[in-house]
Amino acid sequence: MFKHLMQRLDTRIAPSRRGFLKFSLGAGAGLVVGVHLPAPASAAAGGDSTWFNPFVSIAPDSTVTVFIKHLDMGQGVYTGLTSLVAEELNAAHDQMRAEFAPADASLYNNLTWGTVQGTGGSSSIANAYEQYRRAGAFTRDMLLGATGKEWKVPVAELTIADGVISHSSGKSATFGEMAELANKQPVPDHSVLKSKTDFKFIGKSFPRLDTEAKSTGKAVYTQDLHLDGMLTAVIAHPPKFGASVASFDDSEAMKVRGVDSVVQVPQGVAVIASSTWAAIKGREALSVTWDESKAETRGSDEIIAGFKAALDGKGTMLREDAGIDDALSGAATVVEREYTFPFLAHAAMEPMNAIVQISDGGATLWTGSQIQTVDQGTVAAIAGVDPANVRVETVFAGGSFGRRALPNAQHNAEAAAIAKAHGKGVPIKLVYTREDDMRGGYYRPVAVHRVRAGLDAGGNIVGWDHKIATQSILKGSPFEGMLQGGPDFTMFEGAFPPVYAIPAARFELFEEKTGIPVLWWRSVGSTHTAYVMETMIDELAKAAGQDPVAFRLALLKDHPRHRGVLELAAEKAGWSNPPAEGRFRGVAVHESFNSFVAEVAEVSLQDGRIKVEKVTCAVDCGVAVNPDIVAAQMEGGIGFGLGAAMREKLNVVGGEVEDGNFDTYTPLRITDMPQVEVHIVASEEAPTGVGEPGVPPIAPAVANAYAAASGKRITSLPFADHDIV
Amino acid sequence: MVTLKINGEERSVDVDGDTPLLWVLRDELKLTGTKFGCGLAQCGACTVHVDGTPTRSCQTFVGDIQDAEITTIEGMNNPAMAALHKAWVEMDVPQCGYCQSGQLMSAAALLSETPTPSDDDIDAAMDGNLCRCATYVRIRAAIHRASELMNS
Ligand code: FES
Ligand code: FES
Repeated sequence: MFKHLMQRLDTRIAPSRRGFLKFSLGAGAGLVVGVHLPAPASAAAGGDSTWFNPFVSIAPDSTVTVFIKHLDMGQGVYTGLTSLVAEELNAAHDQMRAEFAPADASLYNNLTWGTVQGTGGSSSIANAYEQYRRAGAFTRDMLLGATGKEWKVPVAELTIADGVISHSSGKSATFGEMAELANKQPVPDHSVLKSKTDFKFIGKSFPRLDTEAKSTGKAVYTQDLHLDGMLTAVIAHPPKFGASVASFDDSEAMKVRGVDSVVQVPQGVAVIASSTWAAIKGREALSVTWDESKAETRGSDEIIAGFKAALDGKGTMLREDAGIDDALSGAATVVEREYTFPFLAHAAMEPMNAIVQISDGGATLWTGSQIQTVDQGTVAAIAGVDPANVRVETVFAGGSFGRRALPNAQHNAEAAAIAKAHGKGVPIKLVYTREDDMRGGYYRPVAVHRVRAGLDAGGNIVGWDHKIATQSILKGSPFEGMLQGGPDFTMFEGAFPPVYAIPAARFELFEEKTGIPVLWWRSVGSTHTAYVMETMIDELAKAAGQDPVAFRLALLKDHPRHRGVLELAAEKAGWSNPPAEGRFRGVAVHESFNSFVAEVAEVSLQDGRIKVEKVTCAVDCGVAVNPDIVAAQMEGGIGFGLGAAMREKLNVVGGEVEDGNFDTYTPLRITDMPQVEVHIVASEEAPTGVGEPGVPPIAPAVANAYAAASGKRITSLPFADHDIV
Repeated sequence: MVTLKINGEERSVDVDGDTPLLWVLRDELKLTGTKFGCGLAQCGACTVHVDGTPTRSCQTFVGDIQDAEITTIEGMNNPAMAALHKAWVEMDVPQCGYCQSGQLMSAAALLSETPTPSDDDIDAAMDGNLCRCATYVRIRAAIHRASELMNS
């Protein structure tokens, strides 16, 4: 019965590649749903709370707890989803609480991912917008129904404001007073969602629910959990990817005070101890011999050279127009560039970690779980138990940027393997040191692009020939099925299909293999494609003698939302007036994850080095559920993307990752952070994500500003390689 | 056995003197507000005050600080921290939040020394604290706001 009812809460989705929500909505606010759900058996309902459905419970003191099916790694979904319920309930902000939901894909799947519970692709608000509102509306109607019955008045005479139910007679009641009765109500046939003119929180203000805990050191991350009987492990991974343990000697490690045991697991050798420090010291004393016969031995330089060489061969055609070669040979001007992009590490502030306990025929995983269904299934397989008997306790994650969305559950799987090998049924916390995290793989892949683009004498683009060599993230992973045999879109999304009107084009893809594990890194393919498209277009505008904004707008006739953000950012940045003396501007616009962002970077040069002074950002993410969180994600995305553009490059030498810590891998610091101004396009479109889309435009916007200042085009990242930061 | 004075209390722990303060705080004393980010004095997530000076606890060894007054985020209750806390909440500074204890500890030291800091003062004092979520715009604004609150 639960499944059936869930479908009614669900807004109905055709699982699609990137999963757009395809709402089957009635017009506007007249949407109706009827749902009646028991509490999920797998979630521990606290004390006397009344469960209305898998998303909402109400306690006698009227606090409303919303169960968050997604991971909050900083992007604010903990608050965002709660505000959706609060909106429909007409609740007060201070009575709202949030809790992470358990792993149960039958209840908490990402509606754009079919039967998988997980967070990614900036899809949380997009997939859950209607679902959580319905959960709130349903609860509201149950409360009103019960109150009407109790007071013997028509429901139409009742209102709810700020969490108080009142009648025109002056009578009032709290949610807590009515919760139990409300849950005994017959199922309402219809729950009408509020019309947007009545919104109190959506598009307005709903302060974050986690700020207090995160501003006092009280927020709990995996790293902070100390469970009864828990031991802590660190793992020695092979220094080269693809190597394995040949033999090891733990006699010295076992002498280290606090070391409990040393176990071999498929991924390496783990030292288990009474504390993190003891485990670290134990590992220092461990000696492992590795079998490197199957290991990747190339470094970044060889890999990049190999990708470049590949471009001289034949790739997979994504588009090839018959007239492309003639168009380019007949062009008045041809701009030709080759771009290279390095490996990048996510380097979330909390190094990866997980706690696993295997006992009593089941297992528990405590972690910042980003794809609960995969983590649950992987731990189950390793523990040898049924996935239904694996409890996942999702806790706050100290960042992710894609790192925790692991198709093979990496650190969670390792924690499970260590717990299994230890075999005593106690919780084992696996801690990665910063070096383990940074050298542990799963990077933004290296990418090389080669583009030739031609203009006619009038400055019109006539042809565009674009080759991309990079590594597939999805091929060979458990998610390969998403591709349905087609090419991996993470390799070219954002470049192909091109958003700019190009009469003749060729897009050719070269899928290169390396032994270095790669993964989605905040905005995925757009981390490199946006740079190429937006610096190339800028250079073409310059060659055509046209203003970079006007040149783009003319090529974006069929893309009103791109135009909208571009025009807004340009206007707010004062694009039509020249910048102050010594200041230079650059612009970029890009769509990712169905959100549109334009950024204007204003830079100065100090001894030839770029200082980014100010960034003006315009974003169109449909309905901005929480404008302040949208702004925060743009600010953070700009900083994250700028740091990568300036200095980040993960060096691999002879198959081994050189960089291990923030002394050589150097993310953005406060001194590098520009002023940021965010403007949100007013929109009635369905909400789309904001976690990633702020990232792609910043690097090209700054590069274009640098070109305006110096006349030089930077075609390989990071900028630090050119001594300009 | 090492005896430390933490948040005004004497605490004895059975560890070697070369153990980093960070791990004693986190694993032995369960004061987990102080975070592990790098272990190499590069990120500032582990910042505590040792005799009032912001100090990276991951590179501070307990044997060396037995006479010092150590304050962690849990024990900070001076006017600077109160103002910062208010400003942090007002401006919703944290995203993932993992770096924020360290940010607040560095900011509290700054405001105690320099009650009305300039942007440059802030950048100089906060440069050792990485925030991978890049909440820097708000950190700067919130420090100014805290300074206002503190001085009013
Ligand atoms: S953990 Fe101490 S500075 Fe990073
Ligand atoms: S808030 Fe995430 S690292 Fe600073």
